[in-house]
Amino acid sequence: MITLLDLLSIGAIGAGTFFFFAGTVGLLRFPDSLTRLHALTKADNLGLGLVVLGLIPHAESALAAFKLIVIWALVLLSGASAAQLIGRALRRDRK
Amino acid sequence: MSALPYIDVGLALLVVAVGIWTVAARDLFAAVIGYVAYGLLLAFVWIRLYAPDVALTEAAVGGGVTGVLLITAGKRLGAVKNVAPEAQPGLPLRLLAGILAVLVASALGAAILTLPDPPPSLAPEAALAADGAGAGLGNPITAVLMSYRSFDTMLEKIVLILAVVGVWSVGADEAWGGAPAPLRQSRPYAPMVFLAQMLAPVGVLVGIHIFWTGANAPGGAFQGGALLAAMWMVTMMARLTEPPRIDARWLRLALVAGPAVFLVIGLAGAVIAGSFFAYPHSLAKPIILFIEAFMLVSIAAALPMLVAGPPSGRSDQ
Amino acid sequence: MNEILLAAAGLIVLAVAVGLARIFRGDDAGRLMAIQLLGTGGIAALLLIAYATSVPGVEDVALGLALLAAFATIAFVNLIDADQGDAEA
Repeated sequence: MITLLDLLSIGAIGAGTFFFFAGTVGLLRFPDSLTRLHALTKADNLGLGLVVLGLIPHAESALAAFKLIVIWALVLLSGASAAQLIGRALRRDRK
Repeated sequence: MSALPYIDVGLALLVVAVGIWTVAARDLFAAVIGYVAYGLLLAFVWIRLYAPDVALTEAAVGGGVTGVLLITAGKRLGAVKNVAPEAQPGLPLRLLAGILAVLVASALGAAILTLPDPPPSLAPEAALAADGAGAGLGNPITAVLMSYRSFDTMLEKIVLILAVVGVWSVGADEAWGGAPAPLRQSRPYAPMVFLAQMLAPVGVLVGIHIFWTGANAPGGAFQGGALLAAMWMVTMMARLTEPPRIDARWLRLALVAGPAVFLVIGLAGAVIAGSFFAYPHSLAKPIILFIEAFMLVSIAAALPMLVAGPPSGRSDQ
Repeated sequence: MNEILLAAAGLIVLAVAVGLARIFRGDDAGRLMAIQLLGTGGIAALLLIAYATSVPGVEDVALGLALLAAFATIAFVNLIDADQGDAEA
């Protein structure tokens, strides 16, 4: 008795988990700090977004669902900015 | 076929592993990051123990603010990279410290493992007393903090003020009254400024929301205040604003507002509601929210001042 | 359903732990990446665990975490900049 919504949820969360793993694999295997940074900030943010998408149907209220989306937007924003800041710190390290 | 016990065991092992790593870290930066990771893992543990209020406080104070406080203090001490070899404690002292730590941990573990079932607890009595005081709050934790144990909560805020005064007194005598040094020396660059400008308004909204919703749902003045403090620090770190002069009247008013309002209402309770720190039955919830609003301001003012540090006495302030 | 949420949470915590082990060995910028990883993965796992065990009010905790991860990143970047004496701004 799994509903269609549950199925979509599971699909989204599964995809999200896959992207988290992809990010970690990137962290382990990429040759260079800058590429590792890329793997980290892009893949993990996407993973979080998919997990949030999968959890929205299970939120206990419309406000909770809205907060979930705000969480994702915040993490996207701060992740992108942090990537710039960390990239700069990395570039300096090489000089 | 539940995964829960595995996750719990995994979490516990991870907490211990991160703890060991933090203690064994080579330099301050690594140790502070370990400490922040430890705080985050503890927030998980609190969620597993069905305590979202504590998880929020752990993440806000233990993870964020304390981590930044430690790293800023370490930077000021100039001890960021490594401690000089002759300043490190000798082997006998470290051995003694290790033995004492093991003894304390074993005693705690033995006490927890031999607790009677159900373990003795003040929780039922606290819940009853908090309800009986007519608090009418939906969140029992806020009811206990602001009604059953209100005196303790007020004293905690006074401790914060004392800490701020202590930090200020570390500055040079000539510098008294001036402003602390800016949290960042050079001009920040665009991504940081952009992040600060986007983050701060959202963070302030979230902080106020968490404070307001603490009456009926997980949250409260302390968690909201810690978030507001973090947002003020974000603007100071991106040099959108500068640390204020420590003799600024608004700053000093903000710092004492919380405990002062709390104390006045507590004293008034002796006259109006029959005993020190009692609230009149029908007005309990509005009064509690009123006090919490001022406490929010005090916490949001005190924590950044702790991080900003003593007045620096630079002539261009 | 709950089992799947828990399994996903466990996997994400595992991914974060493995990623951390790799980053921690690195230099200062690696430590900054650790904060990002902890923040993003931590929020995901936290939400999953809380939804699986019906803990109320976890969205606020996750919101706070997101804000604080950004705050901590800014603070640590400032520290690194101060250390390296920033030549340019």
